[in-house]
Amino acid sequence: MKELIKGNIALCNGALDAGLNGYFGYPITPQNEVPEYLSRRMVELGRTFIQAESEIAAANMVLGACATGKKAMTSSSSPGISLKQEAISYLAAQELPAVIANVQRGGPGLGNIAGSQADYFQAVKGGGHGDYKIIVLSPNSVQEMYDFSYEAFGLAQKYRTPVLILADGIIGQMMEPAEFNKPKIDPNTPISADWALTGAKGRPPRSIKSLLMKDGALYEHNLELQKKYKTIAQNEIRCEKFLAEDAEIILVAFGIASRIAKGAVKLARACGIKAGLLRPQTLWPFPTEIISSFAKSGVTFLSVELNAGQMVEDVKLAVNGKCEVDFLGKPGGVLLSEQEILNRLQEIAKRG
Amino acid sequence: MKKIFSRPESLTNAPFSYCPGCGHGIAHRLVAESIDELGIRERTIGVAPVGCAVFAYNYFNLDMTEAPHGRPPAAATGIKRTNPDKIVFAYQGDGDIAAIGMSEIVHAANRGENITVIFINNANYGMTGGQMAPTTLLGQVTQTTPFGRDPKREGYPIKVCELLSSLEAPVYLERVAIYDPKQVLNAKRAIKKAFANQVENKGFSLVEIISNCPVDWGMTVMDSIKWVKDVFIKTFPLGIIKDKTR
Repeated sequence: MKELIKGNIALCNGALDAGLNGYFGYPITPQNEVPEYLSRRMVELGRTFIQAESEIAAANMVLGACATGKKAMTSSSSPGISLKQEAISYLAAQELPAVIANVQRGGPGLGNIAGSQADYFQAVKGGGHGDYKIIVLSPNSVQEMYDFSYEAFGLAQKYRTPVLILADGIIGQMMEPAEFNKPKIDPNTPISADWALTGAKGRPPRSIKSLLMKDGALYEHNLELQKKYKTIAQNEIRCEKFLAEDAEIILVAFGIASRIAKGAVKLARACGIKAGLLRPQTLWPFPTEIISSFAKSGVTFLSVELNAGQMVEDVKLAVNGKCEVDFLGKPGGVLLSEQEILNRLQEIAKRG
Repeated sequence: MKKIFSRPESLTNAPFSYCPGCGHGIAHRLVAESIDELGIRERTIGVAPVGCAVFAYNYFNLDMTEAPHGRPPAAATGIKRTNPDKIVFAYQGDGDIAAIGMSEIVHAANRGENITVIFINNANYGMTGGQMAPTTLLGQVTQTTPFGRDPKREGYPIKVCELLSSLEAPVYLERVAIYDPKQVLNAKRAIKKAFANQVENKGFSLVEIISNCPVDWGMTVMDSIKWVKDVFIKTFPLGIIKDKTR
């Protein structure tokens, strides 16, 4: 049965159904519903909730809980996610299965509290220091806030890697019908991971660390990480295609921008313009080969983003000069309209 | 023949890599002995800091992790709250606890987290080569206070135990030294109590250990012992700062 519910609450429900053991967060708009809702639900369910003293502390509480094999999560919005980057680098280095949600707001700096997609670079290009990648999931509906939040825990555990859910203020705040239909995982399932810190009982001690001073050890660790990232890139790419097969103009958009872009594609088709949409649901790994497979002469790509032009760089890398790549976007927490996108599609169609 | 002295089970066989005269080796041993004596080794999880003791996981025969600089109390909080049956300790230095991680220790203490914190105060940043710490004494020359710590420029040494004692929740705060056998035995009593408090679910305990750092202080080991006795503990008086368990 579907429920009319806010995106941020759907995100919480996904984590709860996935067996979340501990949530650690800090208030920041537009994600406040997450700590508020979980402060009640986690306690009612006998699980751990802490309102941390800082974004940094919240992320490091997640680090501690994850090191013991428990399912732990933090959430925040853009400036808060910047503060968590130190811990995210450590989580990646120590291969800890943490889940982090960024309900993006306008930036840079304190910005504003409107929905924005300006943290794309931070999410997919590293964010913190060192050579690492994290899985980045991009929901575009309240249903996907639930689905991706639930699936984030499975991916994090499968690959021992942090997973970031890159949402935005609009998806977090809006209400839509959604179904919470995934199997509920018992949070008290015994920890079977052969790396988790559970106390050195009847086995040698384990250590989870990122300082590797022994000659060559850090190099080897980096090679292992890169090997893992390659496997993730082979297995976990997700991309929705909409009227893309015969399209002459292919829009590429993620998250809330993809909803607007889809509307513009329908308007364009009604005007006789052969437009289509590719929507990356994973921003890392990026659907490079899928985009590349559509790149041929006579096709134009249009990257549509609520920022000043970030994902367009990855679209260009995927297209690799095989055809034109255009950009349409607005920074600073301002929305694009379907009509504005349609206008650009008509200009592209006219120029041929 | 009866064996009366051996390596604690909670220490590995790895030789300490700490400098000659450094207090970390003694502190590690006292922590390991306490864990052994309380019979909690197989359910203890430690958190190493950034600083000289970052290598603690090489020496403790325990499950260990490492937190970013200053964050061990937050990591220990995450471990303990999701695993209340485990014994969790954070091992921190003065830069870790009183500079970059001041927020984390104050709030972990204020929440009354049922964890044990071992705090090594040696009045300088040892790992990075002897720069000023928040606990550096007035007038003390370090790599970044070449003219001596001047309160007009660098403020005053921070007394972590006294600062935390203003909070309601912490149950046990004590400052000890390890410069002679009598002090070492006293430090052992304090450390064991700080772990026993956690076993008995009493709440937040912290032991501050005044520790020698002869290499970075530019002293011989014997001079460093004299300096701790004559100068260091005049600014940082030893004793129980707070004990709500009595």
